[in-house]
Amino acid sequence: MTVPKSHPNGPSIAATGTQSLPGHHVRLGVEKPLKLDCGLEIADFPIAYQTYGELNADKSNAIFVCHALTGDQYLAEPHPVTGKEGWWDLMVGPGKTIDTERYFVICPNILGGCMGTFGPKEINSESGKPWGLNFPVITICDMVRCQVLLLDHLGIDKLFAVTGGSMGGMQVLEWASKYPKRLFAAIPIAAAAHHTAQNIAFHEVGRQAIMADPDWCEGDYLNQGKNPTKGLAVARMAAHITYLSDQSLHRKFGRRLQDRDALSYGFDAEFQVESYLRHQGITFVDRFDANSYLYITRAMDYFDLAANHDGNLADAFKDTPVRFCVISFTGDWLYPTEENRRIVHALNSVAANVSFAEVESDKGHDAFLLDEPEFHRLLKGFLDCAGKNKADAGNE
Amino acid sequence: MVPDRKSIRVDLQLIADMIEPHSRVLDVGCGDGTLLDYLVNFRHVDGRGIELSSEGVKASISAGLSVIQGDADTDLKDYPDDAFDYVVLSQTLQAMVQPKVVLSHLLRISHRAIVSFPNFAHWRARLSLGFLGRMPVSTTLPHEWYETPNIHLCTIRDFVALCWQLNITIEAQKILDARGRVRHVGNGLFSANLFGEQAVFLLRKKD
Repeated sequence: MTVPKSHPNGPSIAATGTQSLPGHHVRLGVEKPLKLDCGLEIADFPIAYQTYGELNADKSNAIFVCHALTGDQYLAEPHPVTGKEGWWDLMVGPGKTIDTERYFVICPNILGGCMGTFGPKEINSESGKPWGLNFPVITICDMVRCQVLLLDHLGIDKLFAVTGGSMGGMQVLEWASKYPKRLFAAIPIAAAAHHTAQNIAFHEVGRQAIMADPDWCEGDYLNQGKNPTKGLAVARMAAHITYLSDQSLHRKFGRRLQDRDALSYGFDAEFQVESYLRHQGITFVDRFDANSYLYITRAMDYFDLAANHDGNLADAFKDTPVRFCVISFTGDWLYPTEENRRIVHALNSVAANVSFAEVESDKGHDAFLLDEPEFHRLLKGFLDCAGKNKADAGNE
Repeated sequence: MVPDRKSIRVDLQLIADMIEPHSRVLDVGCGDGTLLDYLVNFRHVDGRGIELSSEGVKASISAGLSVIQGDADTDLKDYPDDAFDYVVLSQTLQAMVQPKVVLSHLLRISHRAIVSFPNFAHWRARLSLGFLGRMPVSTTLPHEWYETPNIHLCTIRDFVALCWQLNITIEAQKILDARGRVRHVGNGLFSANLFGEQAVFLLRKKD
């Protein structure tokens, strides 16, 4: 299957409404199709991306940001659908930790996503219908392959840094492993080099919730004018719990009741935490496609960087010239320090240039999105000095 | 940059002087990165560090040093053989759970090791234990017995015996007083062991 073939008028992605989204849009794989891990090829497919700051004359100040499962390219501006501030607004901007007055920041919507990049809700030009479950199963590596094509398109040989948290961190590891010459520094944050049984188990709960929704229609909901919002909302609720810590939930909600003084002996959202989770679920479905959620969680479950190296993670980084800065958070039980340390040990065993710090935070996995001053100081220190070292190396 | 690293503690300077410029160095227990920063900036070494305390790690990384938060007792085993020219273990050996294993790893992953430690046979320590009957407390051993991180204290003679046992060649040894100043006490182990408050050893694997 080669999907989608070029179309005289261009395939109608306007039908999905993503063409009108702000930011940049480009079609990649036009001259040469991209072969995916599953064996299928994709050609002439759309990638939506956003940039912040200016690329300097020698194209040496680009930082590539890889977003997480439910993130997108709108990291430092109000989201075009929800109106909420960008997911990394605290991190990226003029004068901020990733200073857009110094760096040119690039963030694409990932392959399989639903904010303008090729994903299951895009229209198949051959059938004129959304791809749905005919969309090929993708991997983290496939996402990065697309990002490399985007980098070629932008004419940038070498990125100053690639960074991202959670699934973004997985992409960072993939970048460093497969394309070590295309980046100077790699900063995987709250990441893991593989998905554990527990990680896969949580994702399976989410997928089953979506597929159990009758409005999912075996993945064909867009053609049938339906949307499995209930299933997707439950998937989001379950996942959201894994992003927070017990302490942060307790601090935010405790056992406090929602809009009432006493128990009502029913199944309304009586506790504040229930109300909060329901809100998280309901607002999520406005901006996310259920099939995208299935495909992306699948890609994360398949991720195992050591698998292609006979189970030896160190071999994924053999002779790497990349400078690494691995960061984990004490309160993260989804991709805990232990998993990040595994990456560090692998890097040590190939004598790679690696820094690693565990940041004290009881806010859970989501700490990388939040105002954690120590984390920001650490990242800024690393970036500033890596920039200086890169300049020194260039002058030698 | 960490401010004013041009002048470092005398014992650190002594270690720095043993290190060839442009070599590969691992500083185990690098603290806030003072020595490493000096070595990187003034000896132009390819420097790495391991540090247990998160404050030390953050200070080091923010200063642009490649430092990992880790534990020498557990993390040295990951490094490949001969990955470094020098590995430094400054005032840390006595706090290791398995000093013998750590020492073996140091000379597995590096051609040379520089190890410094407080000497438990210094005459003041002997006086404290032998005559006063109290555990010694001094500038090099500042902790009371109930709160000391030093769980494997040794004497210079003990250390030399361990090197012998592990087939390690001692290339150089320096004896320091409490302030970290070099003391010339002659060549014999007897006087070194009696008058040295700390010792710095440059070690190499026996060929």
